Amino acid sequence: MTGSFWEGLLSGSILAGTPLLYATLAEVIDERAGIVNLGLEGVMLMGAAAGFSATVSTGNVGLGILTAGFAGALFNMVFGFLVVARRANQLASGLALMFCGVGLSALLGAPYIGSRIKGLDVIPIPLLSDIPYVGTAVFQHDLLVYFAVPVAILVWWILFRTRWGLSLRAVGENPTAAFAAGKNPYRLQYEALFIAGLLGGIAGAHLSLALAKTWAEWMTAGRGFVAVALVIFSKWHPLRAMAGALLFGGAIALQLQMQALGVPVSPFLLDMLPYLLSLAVLAVGGGTRRHVAPASLGRVFRGTE
Amino acid sequence: MKGFIHFRRREWISLIRFVALFGIAFLVFAALLLAFGRNPIKAYADFFSNTLGSFYGFSEILVRMIPLILTAVAVAVPSRIWLINVGGEGQLYIGAMFATWGALTFNTLSPWLLLPLISLLGFVGGGLWASISGILRAKGWVSETISTLLMNYVAILLIHFLVFGPWKDPESANYPQTAQFVDAATLPAIGGTRFHFGFVFAVAALILFSLVLSKTRWGLEIRAIGGNPEAARRNGIPVTRYVILLMFIGGGLAGLAGMSEVSAIQGRLRPSLSPGYGYIGFLASWMAAGNPLGIVASTFLLAVVTAGGDILQMAHRLPGSVVNILNALILFVVLSYQSYQGRKVGIK
Repeated sequence: MTGSFWEGLLSGSILAGTPLLYATLAEVIDERAGIVNLGLEGVMLMGAAAGFSATVSTGNVGLGILTAGFAGALFNMVFGFLVVARRANQLASGLALMFCGVGLSALLGAPYIGSRIKGLDVIPIPLLSDIPYVGTAVFQHDLLVYFAVPVAILVWWILFRTRWGLSLRAVGENPTAAFAAGKNPYRLQYEALFIAGLLGGIAGAHLSLALAKTWAEWMTAGRGFVAVALVIFSKWHPLRAMAGALLFGGAIALQLQMQALGVPVSPFLLDMLPYLLSLAVLAVGGGTRRHVAPASLGRVFRGTE
Repeated sequence: MKGFIHFRRREWISLIRFVALFGIAFLVFAALLLAFGRNPIKAYADFFSNTLGSFYGFSEILVRMIPLILTAVAVAVPSRIWLINVGGEGQLYIGAMFATWGALTFNTLSPWLLLPLISLLGFVGGGLWASISGILRAKGWVSETISTLLMNYVAILLIHFLVFGPWKDPESANYPQTAQFVDAATLPAIGGTRFHFGFVFAVAALILFSLVLSKTRWGLEIRAIGGNPEAARRNGIPVTRYVILLMFIGGGLAGLAGMSEVSAIQGRLRPSLSPGYGYIGFLASWMAAGNPLGIVASTFLLAVVTAGGDILQMAHRLPGSVVNILNALILFVVLSYQSYQGRKVGIK
């Protein structure tokens, strides 16, 4: 460790915030389409397990990330079948999906428990990483970290600057009106869930391939649920999600830094920080959010009955 | 008469269809086991012969129904006014924590005093934990769905902190656990099985739940809030107070589940107290649409799966959480079937 406490904290916040950002973007897309997905935790776990097993068996990290994204997307389609095709209750379906993901990822990952990998390469960006104080902390990471911010901007652009994004948001606000305007709400929701699953799977892959470099059962430890809270915090906006993810990455990094410094506080108490911080920021930011949530969030669109 | 027979035949058909649907869940799980190189026929043979097939196996199902019924009612009570309590797991752990504190602190009391005391502590502990989410919701700050979920993780970390730190039993070397409870703090088991007197809590919770709702003024007010909160508020029903109260009662029931698990089954507080009873109870309550008799049926089904999962883990070297897949598949089937029926369900 060459850097100071603050450099370590900044670098750690960015690293730990990255999977949270991908996951939050996934949930933003879900919820903009009017679907609350508590199964994100399961999607992330599937991504983490599939990505890790693919990386170990092929030796190719890129292939691992691809597999993770695809596994997450396919897994989210199960959720799609339930809430879009069968119009099932979203919260219960989401929890069931989480359960399925916990079990399925355990089954998938069982042969790989104890395997270790080199993980994603850290690529320092020339020149930028030489900037004093912040250079190494910000510009010495893996590719998924560098891609996180551009992906957030891309999601914002798709949601707010394209026709598809407009239709999707219309479905989230008022599916009946969107249907009347000639859109197909079901199809749009499926598309949104597919993209969200892709991002959720990549979020999981970053956990197992870059952060932990190993697979453990239920390694997401509630990050999927933290992401759901972050969506509310970021007011369903992809760009605000960046700030939220960095803040929560900071809570995780702070805990690691304090442990490294040997601060005499139980690691279990420090581990509570991200969850308590989630509750605190939600409580402080409450009240105004009713106006920004997609109006048909969580409601079931039953077509023209 | 003809209509009566016709009706019964329709009921039978829907029952057969339901069983067939569960068959699909079991088939998909069998296919998964096959895909991962296990023998599904042998797995199911062990699964059923060790649960439904023997007296002891059956008693183990009942053992798991006790916490599941309590955590399911813990979800059903607040759901009557559209509150979604996904925090059963955390409330269970905090209830166990309060009960453990009582059991270790007042260990010289007689069982007639100590058992009621730690039951009360368990209830209050789980209740207070859930009330935090209730207050956050009542103030309009944080949705109870999110806060109860996040509080689960805080609760389990708190238990880890205690059993690795201040409450660690100095005599049990490296195991993160508290000291063993004295006999006076142990809920007695019945007939050489692990089935214990915690079932009294479960049965009482179910009966009180249905009676209070249908027969009392509170039940009327709760149904009024459930029907139309704004109208209830204007009629002078203290909606805010009910939000916190029902969360407290729900959390308290989950806390009782934790108390009975720690007292009757484990005998000491460990981080591995619950295999997810809080979450499975949520799913059971949802499957039953908050109906008391339905909760008995759904917790029985999920208890069979949970008990069978332990068999799969021990005899077939499968990860313990694999059984979650079967739980989830059953839920998927019920979810798509219920909405297919277009039925109105307990939780919005």
